[in-house]
Amino acid sequence: MDRFSWSNGLLEINETLVIQQRGVRLYDGDDKAKLDVGVALLSTHRLIWRDVKNHECCIAMPLSQILLFEEQAAGIGKSAKIVIHLQATPANKEPGPYQHSKYSFIKLSFKEHGQIEFYRRLTEEMTRKRWENTPASQILTAGRTRAVGIVGIERKIEEKRKETDKNISEAFEDLSKLMVKAKEMVELSRSIANKIKDKSYLLSMGIADPVTRETHGSGTHYHMQLAKQLDDMLQAPLEERGGMMALTEVYCLVNRARGMELLSPEDLVNACKMFESLKLPLRLRVFDSGVMVVQLQSHSEEEMIASALDNVSDKGSLTAEEFAKLLGLSVLLSKERLLLAEKMGHLCRDDSVEGLRFYPNLF
Amino acid sequence: MHRRGVGAGAIAKKKLAEARYKERGNVLAEDQIVQMSKQLETFKSNLEEFASKHKQEIRKNSQFRVQFQEMCATIGVDPLASGKGFWSEMLGVGDFYYELGVQIIEVCLALKHRNGGLITLDELHQRVLKGRGKYAQDVSQDDLMRAIKKLKVMGSGFGMIPVGGSYLVQSVPAELNMDHTVVLQLAEKKGFVTVSEIKDSLKWEKERACHVLDHLLKEGLAWLDSQAAEEAQYWLPALFSELTSRDVTPEEANQMTP
Repeated sequence: MDRFSWSNGLLEINETLVIQQRGVRLYDGDDKAKLDVGVALLSTHRLIWRDVKNHECCIAMPLSQILLFEEQAAGIGKSAKIVIHLQATPANKEPGPYQHSKYSFIKLSFKEHGQIEFYRRLTEEMTRKRWENTPASQILTAGRTRAVGIVGIERKIEEKRKETDKNISEAFEDLSKLMVKAKEMVELSRSIANKIKDKSYLLSMGIADPVTRETHGSGTHYHMQLAKQLDDMLQAPLEERGGMMALTEVYCLVNRARGMELLSPEDLVNACKMFESLKLPLRLRVFDSGVMVVQLQSHSEEEMIASALDNVSDKGSLTAEEFAKLLGLSVLLSKERLLLAEKMGHLCRDDSVEGLRFYPNLF
Repeated sequence: MHRRGVGAGAIAKKKLAEARYKERGNVLAEDQIVQMSKQLETFKSNLEEFASKHKQEIRKNSQFRVQFQEMCATIGVDPLASGKGFWSEMLGVGDFYYELGVQIIEVCLALKHRNGGLITLDELHQRVLKGRGKYAQDVSQDDLMRAIKKLKVMGSGFGMIPVGGSYLVQSVPAELNMDHTVVLQLAEKKGFVTVSEIKDSLKWEKERACHVLDHLLKEGLAWLDSQAAEEAQYWLPALFSELTSRDVTPEEANQMTP
């Protein structure tokens, strides 16, 4: 770990990002480095690592420092790793997190996977040695010794991926430029967010309301139209399912039907929130558990509770699974109905390891 | 003698000054809005150009998607907030994740009778890939995690629990607190856990261990093997590997609960 130097993490001119992977912990030889889990970035010139929580903690090492590297498969309770053997520290190396190490190898531990792709890209970059063609201004090259064996073996891969790689680099560069412009737009939008009445513009940009932290959603024309479409689309399915459907069910149903130009989960929630104000015969309802459903307004609460009580009395007692089978409802929703009836005092529960069973409340 | 500040004239003047100030305020805002519209048009055409060149990249390359998402987060934008957003419409980023959301919901629903609504990210990943077929675009675990984060807003209990270097994906609104999570993590290594193990590793009292295990049983997340050699074993179907389990039908599952 004493080969790393502190870095600001910014790429130099001619240096391109190749791949990055989250959830990487560094090891100094066989010991865990005194750093948290972070993001490992591979560029054409360097291996960079940045702490996820503290972005200022960023270290880098020129790829020319790498002698050879190998994969270490995952084990029970252990993540997959890439072991990287390093050349000697150059005299003019900038200071880093470790002044000295007894090891001349490090490990990258991939706690969120991604090691396969990272290894592949590292192999390519070590083969192509692009840092030699376009030396970035602040990169310190630690001598020109090569690991000859690796170069010979991996040349085939280089040729295959040359074209694809060029496209990807270009895409990343274009993306960076686009984001610079996007950032300007976002800042400007935020500054006038309070003054504009039509929030749909903010929604299109994906900007969140600083107060609610939700993306400006409800109340837009788009969501009003959606609400009406949902009303049309859901009448029949709701009838079939006893008047109630979980929002996730609705999400799947609607998006499967659309095929493309799908709704985001937020679009769906925001549209459903408008049912009442648009006087549509549907309602969005949130149970105590947090489960959200769309229900037909005609299926009143009293009816549902009465039907739950009837069924339970009829059978003596019921679990959510049994009730679900009886009515052809999902287990999730039948449970909510039983809970509701219990809340209103019509049912009481017997909660054991064998399951949750409801009985008519005779108290 | 002139007296300043008082009198109808002064008041009227003040009112006029105030009104002018307000007016200017409005004009400024309008100016800003006009400027914004122009900038917006420019930005949209930049985005269109980017899309025409790199739309394929987003769909094919999971690394690119990660980069894209992280950059959006940095500038404070959620590209997946709405299907009506510029990002989703022009780059097709939305459809990719929303469809993935549908697939995730369906896989979780199909397996719920077996694992109680808890599944490893690995298994979810495998099953989603299988469901997508040979010719579908590749989907990474990062993609799954982002799609799952979006599903949370629909209130059906989607969440991720860190366990053994990866995650368990929860798809039911079962209450799982720190105690439950810690026991799940302990069970990860072998797929089951016993009361003694909990007492030894976590230094808990027997009651606390039993309370947690009972809750997991009730929620259908754990199955009890009371005939195990030394001590009752609490198995977590979510952690069964593909090799050691066979698929169980809902009827069989019902018969298995003690």
